[in-house]
Amino acid sequence: MATELSGFTVDGVTQRRGGRITLDSVDLTIAASGITALIGRSGAGKSSLLRLLNGLDVPDAGTVRWHGVDLADLDMTEHRRRVAHVAQRAIPFDGTVADNLRVAAPTATDERVGDLLRQVGIAHLVEQDATTLSGGEAQRMCIARALVNEPEVILADEPTSALDPEARDGVESLAADIVGDGVAWVWVSHDAAQTRRLADRVVVMDEGRVLASGTTEQIADHAEPAVRRALED
Amino acid sequence: MDDASSIGWLGLALSTILVVITIVLSLWRQLGLTREIVTACVRAAAQLAVVGLALGLVIDDDAPLVFSWIWIVGMVAFAAQSTQNRVGDRLSVRAVAAAAYGAATAAAIAVLFGLQVFPLEARALVPLAGMMVGNALGAVVLVAKRLIAEVDEHGDEVEARLALGLTARDAFAPHARRALRQALIPQIEKTKAVGIVFLPGAMVGLVLAGVDAQDAVLVQAAVMFLVLGSVAITATVMTLGVSRALFTPDHRLRRHFE
Repeated sequence: MATELSGFTVDGVTQRRGGRITLDSVDLTIAASGITALIGRSGAGKSSLLRLLNGLDVPDAGTVRWHGVDLADLDMTEHRRRVAHVAQRAIPFDGTVADNLRVAAPTATDERVGDLLRQVGIAHLVEQDATTLSGGEAQRMCIARALVNEPEVILADEPTSALDPEARDGVESLAADIVGDGVAWVWVSHDAAQTRRLADRVVVMDEGRVLASGTTEQIADHAEPAVRRALED
Repeated sequence: MDDASSIGWLGLALSTILVVITIVLSLWRQLGLTREIVTACVRAAAQLAVVGLALGLVIDDDAPLVFSWIWIVGMVAFAAQSTQNRVGDRLSVRAVAAAAYGAATAAAIAVLFGLQVFPLEARALVPLAGMMVGNALGAVVLVAKRLIAEVDEHGDEVEARLALGLTARDAFAPHARRALRQALIPQIEKTKAVGIVFLPGAMVGLVLAGVDAQDAVLVQAAVMFLVLGSVAITATVMTLGVSRALFTPDHRLRRHFE
Protein backbone atom coordinates (compact mmCIF):
# COMPACT_ATOMS: atom_id res chain seq x y z
CA MET A 1 0.00 0.00 0.00
CA ALA A 2 1.22 3.48 -0.89
CA THR A 3 1.84 5.72 2.14
CA GLU A 4 3.64 8.86 0.94
CA LEU A 5 1.72 12.01 1.91
CA SER A 6 3.39 14.52 -0.44
CA GLY A 7 2.04 14.54 -3.98
CA PHE A 8 -0.34 11.87 -5.26
CA THR A 9 -1.09 8.57 -3.56
CA VAL A 10 -3.06 6.05 -5.58
CA ASP A 11 -4.43 3.13 -3.54
CA GLY A 12 -6.00 0.07 -5.12
CA VAL A 13 -7.53 2.02 -7.98
CA THR A 14 -9.61 0.14 -10.52
CA GLN A 15 -11.53 1.74 -13.36
CA ARG A 16 -13.71 0.27 -16.08
CA ARG A 17 -14.77 2.03 -19.26
CA GLY A 18 -17.10 0.52 -21.84
CA GLY A 19 -16.81 -2.96 -20.33
CA ARG A 20 -13.00 -2.83 -20.38
CA ILE A 21 -10.71 -2.52 -17.38
CA THR A 22 -8.57 0.57 -17.98
CA LEU A 23 -6.88 0.58 -14.55
CA ASP A 24 -6.46 -2.60 -12.55
CA SER A 25 -5.67 -2.38 -8.81
CA VAL A 26 -3.12 0.40 -9.22
CA ASP A 27 -1.00 1.35 -6.19
CA LEU A 28 1.38 4.22 -6.75
CA THR A 29 2.91 7.35 -5.30
CA ILE A 30 3.86 10.32 -7.45
CA ALA A 31 5.97 13.04 -5.89
CA ALA A 32 5.04 16.71 -6.37
CA SER A 33 8.53 17.55 -7.58
CA GLY A 34 10.63 17.06 -10.71
CA ILE A 35 9.34 15.21 -13.76
CA THR A 36 7.60 11.85 -13.42
CA ALA A 37 7.03 10.08 -16.73
CA LEU A 38 4.17 7.63 -17.22
CA ILE A 39 5.18 5.29 -20.03
CA GLY A 40 3.79 2.17 -21.65
CA ARG A 41 2.02 0.95 -24.76
CA SER A 42 -1.25 2.36 -26.06
CA GLY A 43 -4.10 1.27 -23.80
CA ALA A 44 -1.76 0.82 -20.81
CA GLY A 45 -3.89 3.22 -18.74
CA LYS A 46 -1.58 6.26 -18.69
CA SER A 47 -4.14 8.82 -19.85
CA SER A 48 -6.86 7.27 -17.67
CA LEU A 49 -4.59 7.67 -14.65
CA LEU A 50 -3.85 11.29 -15.56
CA ARG A 51 -7.58 12.08 -15.77
CA LEU A 52 -8.09 10.57 -12.32
CA LEU A 53 -5.28 12.71 -10.88
CA ASN A 54 -6.96 15.86 -12.27
CA GLY A 55 -10.38 14.73 -11.03
CA LEU A 56 -11.92 14.60 -14.51
CA ASP A 57 -12.86 10.98 -13.70
CA VAL A 58 -13.35 9.08 -10.45
CA PRO A 59 -12.23 5.48 -9.85
CA ASP A 60 -14.74 2.64 -9.62
CA ALA A 61 -12.74 1.29 -6.68
CA GLY A 62 -9.84 2.56 -4.58
CA THR A 63 -8.82 6.11 -3.72
CA VAL A 64 -6.67 8.88 -5.13
CA ARG A 65 -5.17 11.24 -2.54
CA TRP A 66 -3.47 14.59 -2.99
CA HIS A 67 -1.10 15.48 -0.14
CA GLY A 68 -2.83 12.78 1.89
CA VAL A 69 -6.42 14.00 1.31
CA ASP A 70 -8.90 11.92 -0.69
CA LEU A 71 -9.85 13.78 -3.88
CA ALA A 72 -13.50 13.06 -3.03
CA ASP A 73 -13.08 15.37 -0.02
CA LEU A 74 -11.49 18.24 -1.93
CA ASP A 75 -13.05 21.24 -3.65
CA MET A 76 -12.50 19.99 -7.18
CA THR A 77 -12.18 23.39 -8.86
CA GLU A 78 -9.51 24.39 -6.34
CA HIS A 79 -7.71 21.04 -6.77
CA ARG A 80 -7.61 21.46 -10.53
CA ARG A 81 -5.97 24.86 -10.15
CA ARG A 82 -3.27 23.16 -8.08
CA VAL A 83 -2.78 20.32 -10.61
CA ALA A 84 -3.37 21.74 -14.07
CA HIS A 85 -3.91 19.45 -17.04
CA VAL A 86 -2.45 19.89 -20.53
CA ALA A 87 -4.06 17.70 -23.17
CA GLN A 88 -2.32 15.82 -25.98
CA ARG A 89 -3.91 18.00 -28.60
CA ALA A 90 -3.72 21.72 -27.88
CA ILE A 91 -7.25 23.08 -27.44
CA PRO A 92 -7.33 26.84 -28.02
CA PHE A 93 -10.50 28.62 -26.93
CA ASP A 94 -12.13 31.39 -28.96
CA GLY A 95 -10.43 34.78 -28.59
CA THR A 96 -6.88 36.02 -28.39
CA VAL A 97 -3.97 34.34 -26.65
CA ALA A 98 -4.44 36.77 -23.74
CA ASP A 99 -8.16 35.89 -23.60
CA ASN A 100 -7.19 32.22 -23.34
CA LEU A 101 -5.04 32.84 -20.28
CA ARG A 102 -7.84 34.84 -18.70
CA VAL A 103 -10.27 31.94 -19.11
CA ALA A 104 -8.32 30.27 -16.32
CA ALA A 105 -7.65 33.48 -14.36
CA PRO A 106 -10.10 36.28 -15.29
CA THR A 107 -8.35 38.84 -13.08
CA ALA A 108 -4.82 38.21 -14.42
CA THR A 109 -3.15 41.55 -15.14
CA ASP A 110 -1.57 42.42 -18.50
CA GLU A 111 1.80 42.22 -16.77
CA ARG A 112 1.11 38.69 -15.47
CA VAL A 113 -0.12 37.55 -18.89
CA GLY A 114 2.95 39.11 -20.54
CA ASP A 115 5.32 37.44 -18.06
CA LEU A 116 3.80 34.00 -18.64
CA LEU A 117 3.86 34.35 -22.42
CA ARG A 118 7.50 35.49 -22.23
CA GLN A 119 8.25 32.43 -20.10
CA VAL A 120 6.83 30.10 -22.79
CA GLY A 121 8.39 32.13 -25.62
CA ILE A 122 5.28 33.53 -27.35
CA ALA A 123 5.01 37.04 -25.84
CA HIS A 124 4.80 38.50 -29.37
CA LEU A 125 1.55 36.59 -29.98
CA VAL A 126 -0.40 38.07 -27.05
CA GLU A 127 -3.12 39.67 -29.22
CA GLN A 128 -3.21 36.96 -31.89
CA ASP A 129 -6.36 34.90 -32.47
CA ALA A 130 -5.58 31.69 -30.57
CA THR A 131 -7.25 29.49 -33.17
CA THR A 132 -4.68 30.58 -35.80
CA LEU A 133 -1.59 29.48 -33.82
CA SER A 134 0.71 26.72 -35.09
CA GLY A 135 0.73 23.40 -33.18
CA GLY A 136 3.85 24.30 -31.20
CA GLU A 137 2.63 27.83 -30.42
CA ALA A 138 -0.77 26.52 -29.35
CA GLN A 139 0.79 23.94 -27.04
CA ARG A 140 3.01 26.64 -25.48
CA MET A 141 -0.08 28.78 -24.98
CA CYS A 142 -1.84 25.84 -23.29
CA ILE A 143 1.13 25.44 -20.95
CA ALA A 144 1.02 29.17 -20.13
CA ARG A 145 -2.73 28.81 -19.55
CA ALA A 146 -2.05 25.93 -17.16
CA LEU A 147 0.59 28.00 -15.33
CA VAL A 148 -1.55 31.09 -14.82
CA ASN A 149 -2.97 29.86 -11.50
CA GLU A 150 0.50 28.89 -10.23
CA PRO A 151 -0.11 25.12 -10.00
CA GLU A 152 2.12 22.76 -8.02
CA VAL A 153 1.93 20.11 -10.75
CA ILE A 154 1.22 20.07 -14.47
CA LEU A 155 -0.35 16.86 -15.74
CA ALA A 156 0.65 16.61 -19.39
CA ASP A 157 -0.80 13.96 -21.70
CA GLU A 158 1.80 13.45 -24.45
CA PRO A 159 2.10 17.22 -24.94
CA THR A 160 4.66 16.91 -27.74
CA SER A 161 3.25 13.98 -29.71
CA ALA A 162 1.60 16.24 -32.30
CA LEU A 163 4.60 18.56 -32.70
CA ASP A 164 7.53 18.63 -35.12
CA PRO A 165 11.00 17.93 -33.62
CA GLU A 166 11.88 21.62 -33.31
CA ALA A 167 8.65 22.48 -31.50
CA ARG A 168 9.04 19.34 -29.37
CA ASP A 169 12.56 20.39 -28.28
CA GLY A 170 11.20 23.83 -27.41
CA VAL A 171 8.44 22.40 -25.18
CA GLU A 172 10.91 20.00 -23.52
CA SER A 173 13.27 22.87 -22.77
CA LEU A 174 10.32 24.86 -21.41
CA ALA A 175 9.34 21.91 -19.16
CA ALA A 176 12.86 21.82 -17.72
CA ASP A 177 12.74 25.58 -17.07
CA ILE A 178 9.36 25.28 -15.34
CA VAL A 179 10.67 22.47 -13.10
CA GLY A 180 13.48 24.87 -12.19
CA ASP A 181 10.77 27.28 -10.98
CA GLY A 182 9.45 24.61 -8.61
CA VAL A 183 6.54 23.25 -10.67
CA ALA A 184 6.43 19.45 -11.02
CA TRP A 185 5.31 17.53 -14.12
CA VAL A 186 3.55 14.22 -14.55
CA TRP A 187 4.27 13.59 -18.19
CA VAL A 188 2.65 10.83 -20.24
CA SER A 189 4.98 9.79 -23.04
CA HIS A 190 5.29 7.20 -25.76
CA ASP A 191 8.78 8.36 -26.54
CA ALA A 192 11.54 6.40 -24.72
CA ALA A 193 14.26 8.84 -25.79
CA GLN A 194 12.26 11.78 -24.49
CA THR A 195 11.67 9.98 -21.19
CA ARG A 196 15.42 9.36 -20.80
CA ARG A 197 16.13 13.04 -21.59
CA LEU A 198 13.50 14.54 -19.29
CA ALA A 199 12.32 12.28 -16.51
CA ASP A 200 13.59 12.07 -12.93
CA ARG A 201 11.24 9.18 -12.16
CA VAL A 202 9.44 6.71 -14.39
CA VAL A 203 6.25 4.68 -13.96
CA VAL A 204 5.96 1.79 -16.43
CA MET A 205 2.38 0.69 -17.14
CA ASP A 206 0.88 -2.16 -19.11
CA GLU A 207 -2.75 -3.27 -19.51
CA GLY A 208 -3.94 -1.05 -16.68
CA ARG A 209 -1.30 -2.21 -14.20
CA VAL A 210 1.88 -0.63 -12.88
CA LEU A 211 4.78 -2.90 -13.87
CA ALA A 212 7.43 -0.86 -12.05
CA SER A 213 8.24 2.61 -10.80
CA GLY A 214 11.48 4.26 -9.72
CA THR A 215 14.17 6.63 -10.85
CA THR A 216 15.08 6.58 -14.52
CA GLU A 217 18.30 4.73 -13.64
CA GLN A 218 16.44 2.13 -11.57
CA ILE A 219 14.05 1.45 -14.45
CA ALA A 220 16.90 1.29 -16.99
CA ASP A 221 18.65 -1.31 -14.78
CA HIS A 222 15.51 -3.20 -13.76
CA ALA A 223 15.76 -6.97 -13.42
CA GLU A 224 12.62 -7.49 -15.51
CA PRO A 225 13.37 -7.28 -19.26
CA ALA A 226 9.86 -6.05 -20.08
CA VAL A 227 10.41 -3.06 -17.77
CA ARG A 228 13.85 -2.27 -19.17
CA ARG A 229 12.50 -2.45 -22.73
CA ALA A 230 10.07 0.36 -21.97
CA LEU A 231 13.03 2.74 -21.83
CA GLU A 232 14.65 1.39 -24.98
CA ASP A 233 14.01 2.87 -28.44
CA MET B 1 -71.26 28.72 -46.01
CA ASP B 2 -71.83 32.44 -45.89
CA ASP B 3 -70.37 32.64 -42.37
CA ALA B 4 -66.59 32.15 -42.58
CA SER B 5 -66.44 31.02 -38.94
CA SER B 6 -68.61 27.95 -39.60
CA ILE B 7 -67.77 25.81 -42.65
CA GLY B 8 -69.97 22.80 -41.76
CA TRP B 9 -69.38 19.15 -42.68
CA LEU B 10 -69.61 19.89 -46.40
CA GLY B 11 -66.92 22.53 -46.09
CA LEU B 12 -64.67 20.08 -44.26
CA ALA B 13 -65.30 17.41 -46.88
CA LEU B 14 -64.46 19.82 -49.70
CA SER B 15 -61.23 20.88 -47.95
CA THR B 16 -60.01 17.28 -48.19
CA ILE B 17 -59.53 17.95 -51.93
CA LEU B 18 -56.25 19.54 -50.82
CA VAL B 19 -55.30 16.32 -49.03
CA VAL B 20 -56.06 14.39 -52.22
CA ILE B 21 -53.77 16.78 -54.12
CA THR B 22 -51.05 16.10 -51.54
CA ILE B 23 -51.48 12.34 -52.01
CA VAL B 24 -51.38 12.70 -55.80
CA LEU B 25 -48.15 14.70 -55.57
CA SER B 26 -46.65 12.02 -53.32
CA LEU B 27 -47.63 9.27 -55.75
CA TRP B 28 -46.46 11.23 -58.80
CA ARG B 29 -43.02 11.96 -57.28
CA GLN B 30 -42.83 8.42 -55.82
CA LEU B 31 -42.21 9.76 -52.31
CA GLY B 32 -43.67 6.74 -50.56
CA LEU B 33 -45.52 9.03 -48.15
CA THR B 34 -49.12 8.21 -49.05
CA ARG B 35 -49.76 6.09 -46.00
CA GLU B 36 -48.16 8.70 -43.71
CA ILE B 37 -50.25 11.50 -45.23
CA VAL B 38 -53.49 9.59 -44.78
CA THR B 39 -52.55 8.56 -41.24
CA ALA B 40 -51.57 12.12 -40.34
CA CYS B 41 -54.82 13.60 -41.66
CA VAL B 42 -57.08 10.98 -40.06
CA ARG B 43 -55.18 11.28 -36.80
CA ALA B 44 -55.38 15.08 -36.88
CA ALA B 45 -59.12 14.98 -37.53
CA ALA B 46 -59.69 12.46 -34.73
CA GLN B 47 -57.52 14.38 -32.26
CA LEU B 48 -59.25 17.65 -33.11
CA ALA B 49 -62.66 16.01 -32.74
CA VAL B 50 -61.78 14.74 -29.25
CA VAL B 51 -60.15 18.04 -28.29
CA GLY B 52 -63.13 19.93 -29.69
CA LEU B 53 -65.52 17.96 -27.48
CA ALA B 54 -63.33 18.37 -24.38
CA LEU B 55 -62.62 22.02 -25.13
CA GLY B 56 -66.34 22.62 -25.54
CA LEU B 57 -66.88 21.43 -21.98
CA VAL B 58 -63.96 23.44 -20.60
CA ILE B 59 -64.68 26.77 -22.26
CA ASP B 60 -68.41 26.57 -21.82
CA ASP B 61 -69.62 29.77 -20.16
CA ASP B 62 -71.11 27.76 -17.29
CA ALA B 63 -68.01 25.60 -16.74
CA PRO B 64 -65.96 26.43 -13.60
CA LEU B 65 -62.54 27.98 -14.28
CA VAL B 66 -60.84 25.13 -12.43
CA PHE B 67 -61.49 22.96 -15.53
CA SER B 68 -59.25 25.34 -17.48
CA TRP B 69 -56.47 25.10 -14.91
CA ILE B 70 -56.69 21.30 -14.99
CA TRP B 71 -56.55 21.46 -18.78
CA ILE B 72 -53.39 23.59 -18.63
CA VAL B 73 -51.69 21.27 -16.11
CA GLY B 74 -52.48 18.33 -18.40
CA MET B 75 -51.13 20.22 -21.39
CA VAL B 76 -47.85 20.96 -19.58
CA ALA B 77 -47.49 17.32 -18.53
CA PHE B 78 -48.22 16.12 -22.07
CA ALA B 79 -45.73 18.62 -23.54
CA ALA B 80 -43.05 17.46 -21.07
CA GLN B 81 -43.59 13.83 -22.09
CA SER B 82 -43.62 14.78 -25.76
CA THR B 83 -40.31 16.63 -25.25
CA GLN B 84 -38.80 13.52 -23.64
CA ASN B 85 -39.99 11.36 -26.55
CA ARG B 86 -38.44 13.70 -29.11
CA VAL B 87 -35.14 14.17 -27.26
CA GLY B 88 -34.78 10.39 -26.84
CA ASP B 89 -33.86 8.28 -23.84
CA ARG B 90 -30.23 9.35 -23.69
CA LEU B 91 -30.94 11.96 -21.06
CA SER B 92 -33.95 12.33 -18.78
CA VAL B 93 -35.40 15.79 -19.47
CA ARG B 94 -39.06 15.26 -18.51
CA ALA B 95 -38.92 17.03 -15.14
CA VAL B 96 -36.85 19.95 -16.46
CA ALA B 97 -39.19 20.34 -19.43
CA ALA B 98 -42.23 20.37 -17.13
CA ALA B 99 -40.54 23.05 -15.01
CA ALA B 100 -39.74 25.06 -18.16
CA TYR B 101 -43.32 24.95 -19.50
CA GLY B 102 -44.63 25.63 -16.00
CA ALA B 103 -42.41 28.68 -15.53
CA ALA B 104 -43.36 30.14 -18.91
CA THR B 105 -47.06 29.49 -18.30
CA ALA B 106 -46.92 31.15 -14.89
CA ALA B 107 -45.09 34.20 -16.28
CA ALA B 108 -47.44 34.54 -19.26
CA ILE B 109 -50.56 34.18 -17.16
CA ALA B 110 -49.25 36.72 -14.66
CA VAL B 111 -48.64 39.29 -17.42
CA LEU B 112 -51.64 38.68 -19.68
CA PHE B 113 -54.28 38.07 -17.04
CA GLY B 114 -52.72 39.70 -13.98
CA LEU B 115 -52.41 42.98 -15.91
CA GLN B 116 -55.85 42.37 -17.51
CA VAL B 117 -54.60 42.38 -21.10
CA PHE B 118 -57.15 39.59 -21.59
CA PRO B 119 -60.11 38.78 -19.33
CA LEU B 120 -59.46 35.80 -17.06
CA GLU B 121 -61.96 33.38 -18.58
CA ALA B 122 -61.66 29.92 -20.06
CA ARG B 123 -62.25 31.18 -23.62
CA ALA B 124 -58.99 33.19 -23.39
CA LEU B 125 -56.98 31.15 -20.88
CA VAL B 126 -57.03 27.77 -22.57
CA PRO B 127 -56.27 28.82 -26.18
CA LEU B 128 -53.53 31.23 -25.12
CA ALA B 129 -51.85 28.63 -22.91
CA GLY B 130 -52.12 26.14 -25.77
CA MET B 131 -50.56 28.61 -28.18
CA MET B 132 -47.74 29.24 -25.77
CA VAL B 133 -46.91 25.62 -24.93
CA GLY B 134 -47.31 24.47 -28.53
CA ASN B 135 -44.94 27.07 -29.91
CA ALA B 136 -42.41 26.56 -27.11
CA LEU B 137 -42.23 22.80 -27.71
CA GLY B 138 -40.06 23.08 -30.83
CA ALA B 139 -37.58 25.42 -29.15
CA VAL B 140 -37.39 23.26 -26.03
CA VAL B 141 -36.65 20.11 -28.03
CA LEU B 142 -34.12 21.98 -30.17
CA VAL B 143 -32.22 23.40 -27.21
CA ALA B 144 -32.08 20.03 -25.43
CA LYS B 145 -30.79 18.25 -28.54
CA ARG B 146 -28.30 21.03 -29.21
CA LEU B 147 -26.92 20.90 -25.65
CA ILE B 148 -26.35 17.15 -25.95
CA ALA B 149 -24.69 17.71 -29.34
CA GLU B 150 -22.38 20.34 -27.78
CA VAL B 151 -21.10 17.68 -25.37
CA ASP B 152 -20.63 15.17 -28.19
CA GLU B 153 -18.87 17.63 -30.48
CA HIS B 154 -17.00 19.84 -27.99
CA GLY B 155 -16.55 17.63 -24.91
CA ASP B 156 -12.75 17.99 -25.09
CA GLU B 157 -13.06 21.77 -25.03
CA VAL B 158 -15.40 21.65 -22.04
CA GLU B 159 -13.03 19.33 -20.18
CA ALA B 160 -10.06 21.57 -21.04
CA ARG B 161 -11.86 24.38 -19.18
CA LEU B 162 -12.79 22.11 -16.27
CA ALA B 163 -9.16 20.96 -16.05
CA LEU B 164 -8.12 24.58 -15.51
CA GLY B 165 -10.33 24.80 -12.42
CA LEU B 166 -13.46 26.37 -13.92
CA THR B 167 -16.81 25.41 -12.44
CA ALA B 168 -19.12 23.27 -14.58
CA ARG B 169 -21.34 26.28 -15.21
CA ASP B 170 -18.46 28.46 -16.42
CA ALA B 171 -16.85 25.66 -18.44
CA PHE B 172 -20.10 25.02 -20.30
CA ALA B 173 -21.25 28.65 -20.59
CA PRO B 174 -20.08 29.27 -24.20
CA HIS B 175 -21.79 26.06 -25.33
CA ALA B 176 -25.00 26.74 -23.42
CA ARG B 177 -25.06 30.25 -24.92
CA ARG B 178 -24.64 28.86 -28.44
CA ALA B 179 -27.43 26.29 -27.96
CA LEU B 180 -29.81 28.88 -26.53
CA ARG B 181 -29.14 31.32 -29.36
CA GLN B 182 -29.88 28.61 -31.92
CA ALA B 183 -33.16 27.81 -30.20
CA LEU B 184 -34.31 31.44 -30.00
CA ILE B 185 -33.28 32.70 -33.43
CA PRO B 186 -36.06 30.89 -35.39
CA GLN B 187 -38.75 32.45 -33.18
CA ILE B 188 -37.15 35.90 -33.47
CA GLU B 189 -37.06 35.50 -37.27
CA LYS B 190 -40.67 34.36 -37.25
CA THR B 191 -41.64 37.40 -35.18
CA LYS B 192 -39.87 39.65 -37.69
CA ALA B 193 -41.69 38.06 -40.63
CA VAL B 194 -45.18 38.11 -39.17
CA GLY B 195 -47.69 40.01 -41.25
CA ILE B 196 -45.33 40.20 -44.24
CA VAL B 197 -44.40 36.61 -45.01
CA PHE B 198 -47.25 34.89 -43.20
CA LEU B 199 -50.47 35.60 -41.34
CA PRO B 200 -50.48 33.65 -38.11
CA GLY B 201 -53.25 31.31 -37.01
CA ALA B 202 -54.83 33.47 -34.32
CA MET B 203 -55.22 36.41 -36.68
CA VAL B 204 -56.57 34.25 -39.50
CA GLY B 205 -59.05 32.70 -37.07
CA LEU B 206 -60.26 36.05 -35.81
CA VAL B 207 -60.62 37.51 -39.31
CA LEU B 208 -62.51 34.40 -40.47
CA ALA B 209 -64.75 34.77 -37.44
CA GLY B 210 -65.63 38.28 -38.60
CA VAL B 211 -63.56 40.28 -36.10
CA ASP B 212 -62.39 43.70 -37.28
CA ALA B 213 -58.90 43.46 -38.85
CA GLN B 214 -57.53 46.13 -36.54
CA ASP B 215 -58.71 44.23 -33.45
CA ALA B 216 -57.34 41.00 -34.89
CA VAL B 217 -53.95 42.68 -35.36
CA LEU B 218 -53.87 43.83 -31.73
CA VAL B 219 -54.67 40.34 -30.46
CA GLN B 220 -52.15 38.78 -32.82
CA ALA B 221 -49.39 41.15 -31.74
CA ALA B 222 -50.06 40.29 -28.10
CA VAL B 223 -50.03 36.58 -28.99
CA MET B 224 -46.73 36.93 -30.86
CA PHE B 225 -45.15 38.63 -27.84
CA LEU B 226 -46.61 35.90 -25.64
CA VAL B 227 -45.08 33.23 -27.85
CA LEU B 228 -41.69 34.98 -28.04
CA GLY B 229 -41.57 35.40 -24.27
CA SER B 230 -42.67 31.81 -23.70
CA VAL B 231 -40.06 30.43 -26.07
CA ALA B 232 -37.36 32.50 -24.34
CA ILE B 233 -38.42 31.44 -20.84
CA THR B 234 -38.86 27.73 -21.63
CA ALA B 235 -35.61 27.52 -23.62
CA THR B 236 -33.69 29.33 -20.86
CA VAL B 237 -35.05 27.15 -18.06
CA MET B 238 -34.37 24.09 -20.21
CA THR B 239 -30.80 25.23 -20.86
CA LEU B 240 -30.15 25.75 -17.16
CA GLY B 241 -31.69 22.40 -16.20
CA VAL B 242 -30.10 20.29 -18.94
CA SER B 243 -26.70 21.96 -18.46
CA ARG B 244 -26.86 20.99 -14.81
CA ALA B 245 -27.79 17.40 -15.67
CA LEU B 246 -24.75 17.08 -17.93
CA PHE B 247 -22.32 17.48 -14.99
CA THR B 248 -21.77 15.81 -11.64
CA PRO B 249 -21.87 17.93 -8.46
CA ASP B 250 -18.04 17.77 -8.35
CA HIS B 251 -17.78 19.40 -11.78
CA ARG B 252 -17.13 16.37 -13.95
CA LEU B 253 -18.66 16.12 -17.41
CA ARG B 254 -21.01 13.16 -17.79
CA ARG B 255 -19.83 12.12 -21.22
CA HIS B 256 -21.74 8.87 -21.10
CA PHE B 257 -24.97 10.10 -19.62
CA GLU B 258 -27.27 7.66 -21.34
